[in-house]
Amino acid sequence: MSLLQVNKLSKTYPNLGGPPVQAVSEVSLHVDEGEVLGVVGESGCGKSTLGRSLLRLIEPSSGEVIFAGKSLTRLSQTEMKAVRRDMQVIFQDPFGSLNPRHTVGYIIGEPLIVHRRGNKAERRRRVEELLGIVGLPQDAADRYPHEFSGGQRQRIAIARALALDPKLLIADEAVSALDVSIQSQIINLIADLQKRLSLAIIFISHDLSVIRHVSDRIAVMYLGRIVEVGPAEEIMQAPKHPYTQALLSAVPRPGVARTERIKLAGELPDPTDPPSGCAFHTRCPKVMDVCRLERPDLVQRQIDGHPTPGEAACHLYPA
Amino acid sequence: MSQQPLLDIEDLKITVGGNAVIEDVSLGIAPGEMVGLVGESGCGKSVTALSIMRLLAEPPMRVAGGRILFENEDVLEYSERALEKLRGDRISMIFQEPMTSLNPVFTIGEQIAETLLLHREISSSAAEARAVELLERVGIPGPSAALRRYPHQLSGGQRQRVMIAMALACEPKLLIADEPTTALDVTVQAQILDLIDDLRRETGMAVLLITHDLGVVSQYCDRVAVMYGGRIVETASAEDLFGHPRHRYTEALLRTIPASNPPGTDLPAIPGAVPPPGRRPSGCAFHPRCHAVVEECPRLVPDLVGGTHRARCWNPVA
Ligand SMILES: Nc1ncnc2c1ncn2[C@@H]1O[C@H](COP(=O)(O)OP(=O)(O)OP(=O)(O)O)[C@@H](O)[C@H]1O
Ligand SMILES: Nc1ncnc2c1ncn2[C@@H]1O[C@H](COP(=O)(O)OP(=O)(O)OP(=O)(O)O)[C@@H](O)[C@H]1O
Ligand SMILES: [Mg+2]
Ligand SMILES: [Mg+2]
Repeated sequence: MSLLQVNKLSKTYPNLGGPPVQAVSEVSLHVDEGEVLGVVGESGCGKSTLGRSLLRLIEPSSGEVIFAGKSLTRLSQTEMKAVRRDMQVIFQDPFGSLNPRHTVGYIIGEPLIVHRRGNKAERRRRVEELLGIVGLPQDAADRYPHEFSGGQRQRIAIARALALDPKLLIADEAVSALDVSIQSQIINLIADLQKRLSLAIIFISHDLSVIRHVSDRIAVMYLGRIVEVGPAEEIMQAPKHPYTQALLSAVPRPGVARTERIKLAGELPDPTDPPSGCAFHTRCPKVMDVCRLERPDLVQRQIDGHPTPGEAACHLYPA
Repeated sequence: MSQQPLLDIEDLKITVGGNAVIEDVSLGIAPGEMVGLVGESGCGKSVTALSIMRLLAEPPMRVAGGRILFENEDVLEYSERALEKLRGDRISMIFQEPMTSLNPVFTIGEQIAETLLLHREISSSAAEARAVELLERVGIPGPSAALRRYPHQLSGGQRQRVMIAMALACEPKLLIADEPTTALDVTVQAQILDLIDDLRRETGMAVLLITHDLGVVSQYCDRVAVMYGGRIVETASAEDLFGHPRHRYTEALLRTIPASNPPGTDLPAIPGAVPPPGRRPSGCAFHPRCHAVVEECPRLVPDLVGGTHRARCWNPVA
């Protein structure tokens, strides 16, 4: 059984004096215990909205979230609080989420106080252990968030999220603000924690080169929908959806000339007025007539010259 | 550099509580040039950037020495009024923290218009038209509707792009971009960097680009400065730096890039972390983490030596 099962989750935001923003549309996915699911897609495609809806930090418009066999949809806020102990989140913006008036030690240990774990000395030890895990010096506990650089603050946020030994961690752009060497330390750390604690992770990032290092499976999002999902290596080696293909070729690498990238024509469409049919058809280099009319379902499709079928929402391949 | 520099930082030293946060920092940028500033978390990149804008938290931070010449005038001598005229007009900055630098109680449109009205004599309808144009260029879908939204009603990457639009509004002579694209996916990132690149060609804008993405640096920057423990340890043209790194730290840094390593393998992280100010080792601050230490390393701070490719290393890569 999956640790997390999401069925047809949608979220629309009201929009002052305009049509509503369709941020997430009919997303279904699952995450097994100890598994890392990478979620990747362009800015504004709905990744953070999806992550927050799973925890009901924002209320989904429709659909269902089942965590450890329990449907979260109708839980009260008190019941949700208990669930969130096992389901932690690291936000995209580490600056806004750390209270500037508290010491780092307090910030990291606060979940332990809220959930009444241990006595003062035990909490102090746990905080020290967590500081070590994320590579911050012990005396950081007595300092304040503003005394730390951007990358150091994200490490504080990670330590806090790990305080209660969660079963599922939702990491929303957790390493994006970190420099490469720290990024690799944190990626290695996450991979290690995941193995050691059999922690399941939803790893949200726009950076495919980071996602591939940590993910068992990858889901690719476009304008609120998942357009392709599968084992990480398959997505990286043999991307099926033309959108995934374009995303892959856009990764800048030292030594690779800028001209060698496939450029995505045009911009992400306005989510208040999504295109008909396949939402990607306005930018797709392989667009066909049917793409403008019918939305392709996300189902197993047989791909030419490929031994195994793959899950993609694209008319190029027969369902 | 053949041209007269637009910005010339000389021997800058910033301290906090008596400890140096950055020191011996010298860096020049010519008009139209894009210079990358890279280095590990906590090495002093943001502090360097903020000091150019005179936006350091003073106190506890203090300028303990050096000069920051911008168009041959030392901004360290500027009055607060002169600084206000400078910021957002001739020098503008994209901050590392998009959420904290946007005001939550004003709409996006109000905030962009404010910058324009402060520095340019234009009507508010012209300011609005310019705001729409800017949002369009940074790729915000539905730009006229987006003007009426508040910061929290945008995605993380959209907020970052609004910051970029604001910084570019007055066509500055120097753009300081502190991790401008960290919240952005590669396609939007490419679009933004291409836009910045176009603007420097069109208007001769110079750019100081602070980033941890070495791929970006190699593709967009003319020159690169590598910082470690508060000092610049290597500067060179992007081509030389990536082709033949000389400092042992730069060499280690280049090996950590995720894209240059096979997936599923442990990335070669540099063990340890950048020591905080006040706890920096003697001699070359990198020596406790370095695999090529020689006798001098723990004793003396090496000088930044070389012609156009300079390194601060006792035992540089051959
Ligand atoms: N207000 C402050 N008080 C004390 N120390 C500070 C303060 N602000 C920054 N520092 C310290 O100065 C050092 C340099 O910080 P800076 O923000 O310049 O790093 P950075 O290179 O920009 O790192 P990052 O890549 O994480 O953004 C860090 O060790 C940080 O802890
Ligand atoms: N409170 C809100 N009200 C109205 N629209 C919103 C609100 N929050 C987000 N949106 C819109 O919903 C869409 C999805 O936003 P979301 O933050 O989920 O994107 P994202 O994939 O996380 O992007 P990024 O990579 O930039 O963080 C965007 O178009 C955004 O402008
Ligand atoms: Mg987001
Ligand atoms: Mg910084």
